[in-house]
Amino acid sequence: MSIKLRDLIKTVRSCKTAAEERAQIAKESAQIRTAMKEEDVESRQRNVAKLLYIHMLGYATQFGQMECLKLIVSPSYADKRIGYLGLMLLLDEKQEVLLLATNCIRGDFVNPNQFIVGVALCAFGNICSSMMARDCSLDIEQLFPHSNPYIRKKAALCAIRVLRKVPDLIENYIPKIKALLSERNHGVILTALTLIIEICEMDSQQIVHFKKMVPQLVRILKSLTSSGYLPEHDIGGVTDPFLQVKILRLLRILGHNDPESSDLMNDILAQVATNTDSTKNVGNAILYECVQTIMSIESENGLKVMAINILGRFLLNRDNNIRYVALNTLSRVVNTDIQAVQRHRNTIVECLKDPDVSIRCRALDLIYSLVTESNIRVLVRELLNFLLIADAQFKSELVAKLCIVTEKYAPNKRWQIDTILRVMSIAGNFIPDEVPSNLIQLISSTPELSSYAVQKLYLALKQDITQQPLTQVGLWCIGEYGDLLVADKSQLPKDEEGLAINVTEQNVIDLVDSIFKHATTTQSTRQYSLTSLAKLSSRFSQNSLLRVKSMIDFYKQNINLELQQRACEYSTLFDFDKKASILDRMPPIEKQEVESPLQTKQIPTQTPPTPHQQQPPSQQQNQQSGGFGSLLDGLDSPTTSSQNASNGQKPQNAMSLLEDIFGPSPVAQTSPQQNMNQMNNNFMNMNMNANTNTTNTNNNNNNNSGTALLDLMSGIMPTPSPQQSQPQSQPQTLSPNSGGGLLQPVPQPLSFPAFQKHGLEISYECTKPQPNNLSLTNINMIITNTGPSPITNFSLQAAVPKYLKIQLLAPSSTTIPPNGSGEVTQFSKVLNSQQGQKPILLRVKLDFQINGQAYSEVTDTPLPSLF
Amino acid sequence: MAIKFFLLVNIRGKTRLSQYYESVPFDERPTMESEIIRKCLSRTENQCSFLEFKDYKVVYRKYASLFFIVAVDASENELAILELIHNYVEILDCCFEDVIMFNLDKAHFVLDEMISNGDVIECSKQQILEFVNLLYKQES
Repeated sequence: MSIKLRDLIKTVRSCKTAAEERAQIAKESAQIRTAMKEEDVESRQRNVAKLLYIHMLGYATQFGQMECLKLIVSPSYADKRIGYLGLMLLLDEKQEVLLLATNCIRGDFVNPNQFIVGVALCAFGNICSSMMARDCSLDIEQLFPHSNPYIRKKAALCAIRVLRKVPDLIENYIPKIKALLSERNHGVILTALTLIIEICEMDSQQIVHFKKMVPQLVRILKSLTSSGYLPEHDIGGVTDPFLQVKILRLLRILGHNDPESSDLMNDILAQVATNTDSTKNVGNAILYECVQTIMSIESENGLKVMAINILGRFLLNRDNNIRYVALNTLSRVVNTDIQAVQRHRNTIVECLKDPDVSIRCRALDLIYSLVTESNIRVLVRELLNFLLIADAQFKSELVAKLCIVTEKYAPNKRWQIDTILRVMSIAGNFIPDEVPSNLIQLISSTPELSSYAVQKLYLALKQDITQQPLTQVGLWCIGEYGDLLVADKSQLPKDEEGLAINVTEQNVIDLVDSIFKHATTTQSTRQYSLTSLAKLSSRFSQNSLLRVKSMIDFYKQNINLELQQRACEYSTLFDFDKKASILDRMPPIEKQEVESPLQTKQIPTQTPPTPHQQQPPSQQQNQQSGGFGSLLDGLDSPTTSSQNASNGQKPQNAMSLLEDIFGPSPVAQTSPQQNMNQMNNNFMNMNMNANTNTTNTNNNNNNNSGTALLDLMSGIMPTPSPQQSQPQSQPQTLSPNSGGGLLQPVPQPLSFPAFQKHGLEISYECTKPQPNNLSLTNINMIITNTGPSPITNFSLQAAVPKYLKIQLLAPSSTTIPPNGSGEVTQFSKVLNSQQGQKPILLRVKLDFQINGQAYSEVTDTPLPSLF
Repeated sequence: MAIKFFLLVNIRGKTRLSQYYESVPFDERPTMESEIIRKCLSRTENQCSFLEFKDYKVVYRKYASLFFIVAVDASENELAILELIHNYVEILDCCFEDVIMFNLDKAHFVLDEMISNGDVIECSKQQILEFVNLLYKQES
């Protein structure tokens, strides 16, 4: 016979190390397994009890699941109780073993012993799966009118479980609920209310069935609040607070957007709000629920003011829990009545100083939603003060919020620049990545403030150069507006902050020098410094030039490749006569409407794309090219026309992915754009021709259409198209989308120019080699040279996004003869794992030489979405 | 569903009772439990009894060396949950003087009388105690 549970617990507790405990558990588990194998009925109950303990300690106990099933079929109550407990703890709804218990549970539902029905219902309520729910739903329904309230309340909660698993059974339960509400037993009313709330939350169309219960609910609530001391239901001096909270919650659902029902509730809500004792937690729990109900139903204005004032009182409470819920609720209702909440602004700001981080977070959230144009100066000042003392984990969130409100509500640009600078100098290393670039953009687009900004930044850097983002913005501005910084300001009117500092060129260069040498300066900040110096060289006098040059020269041997390259490039630039114009002031940077993570709250309104089906077949080809066009738009700027927005978004991401492979090339921003637009035009033309062609062939109903199409794509389609062999179905095969069939049409072979520069011309011939496997595409790249000199050392490399696989064969030659006298081909195969969802995108890198001069080009080419 | 799980953990971080009303894989439970208790332990007396953990709102209350931890969804009334915990503690207090661990099954039984499937069934101390006593009699 094995040891008792009590002894096991004692042994385990006396274990000194975790290893010792593990060994002990392993030993015990082995013994239990042996006992199980020997079908030791005597110790079964004890073994499962032990397993419950072992399970609680966090060890694996799955091997005991069958034992639980054996226990619940035993007629003894003690066995059943442990068995069901084991069922609830050692199994969960995902275990298939559970199904074996279904019959036994159903049998126990009708057991004459109420305790057995009780444990069976409890286990069913906790772990039943959707399959069991369907099987047992009828049994649960039959328990609703049971004579014993103990059974009725448990059955009501089991019904919730059933409905969560199988929502379409809702209708069966609705007629049965009403009877439960007229009970005297509080437990039954409570569970019935829970069931109603659950149904309403699951399916808002059912709410109407319960509207007529409002007077009854009000009556129950009234009797609870006006009843004297009831020992049976008293909790902390309040009669059944849980029931009160439940009723208030159901009233909230029933009164929402319903003035008629809300009218019936006004009185009782006012009564609860005034009469509930707020000195104890339990009273506050009711008040809290009551306030939420008042705020979300169509209650009288007086009542709403009262509710907000209760929250205001909560804010002054010394109990942190109460303040927490107050802040939480205020954030929820702030949109309903912002004025009433604004009155408690000072108290809310005080909460920022609370030692409890949960309170501070809530307060910050609330303040953030309270900011308007009229109070931004005050609130931001408070937030900045708080930023000084906030701990690190809190700073990043605070900084992000500060930046958003500043950008959104700034009264003027100068204030905005000041505030962001202040944020950056207090917590520069915590700011989101886009803030520095936004600030640079702001300064650059506000020429009247550039002198001011550069002086401010100069002063800020004089104090602290360890905040990298601040230093970077500072360096950019110093480089850009260095002349304004050192200009003689004695003529200018002094502004109120006395910002007319006198700085010499020497001072400025000293500052940049100190940034270079500072230990915390990162490499990317050093890069900013180099660029800044280069710019200063064209803004400062000859005297400073020598020093700037020597500083840049110093980095020509730097171990960091990027720095070394920049230093070399800049020092070469000095000997170049057009230096001045290259280093000229940049034109104002235009604000990019990129959806920054900061602005995720603004959901772009997209009109749904026009339905394809309604268009006549002849337009569908255009649709196709429209999609292609939008794909290119997506490359141009993310704000595509709303109609194509959804199309445009994906390729953009894919392209930026490509950007990562070869690095952002300047070419990618300019010439390919034109290239592709041109290409797009070509493609459109082609499509239009194809359409006219389609109509022609339809009219003529001749067999030439295939050839006509071939003519159209003259010479670029080496393989005969499949429709030539089956001329009967031409119209369908010609416009691939018009058929409306379920099968995806095989795209026609297609050829288009992909690159054209320096006489080098590349066109792609795309074919689908296997009609039954559309994910495979062959791309034959045909390379010709229209220039006068031969192209040598030609190499073509291609990169694709992750969802594509590419196989690229070697080119037929590395030399391309001049004047178009011969062509070189390079063959590639692309496998698209997301065929039909994402287009094929290629980034091609070309290296070649003409007359000994090396060229390197990068071009992006998406294939039409058809492919 | 209101209550996601109910835990009793001692100040040494050992779980003393755990009841899940939402399906959480068995192997993830110990890590999650220890993560939560670590958060609770790191908080001082004068901090509020609520913390946010993953998608849950965790309401906890400390009695002697035991933390009573309840995870609920965001819409739940936190103050009422605190009251529920207190109610449970009071009932346990009446049921046994012994260490809770030796009465694990009974602690579960009391809990099951109060909460099922994540919702409160009964909160009348009197009724639950009456019932538990009846049950003891039946078993012995």
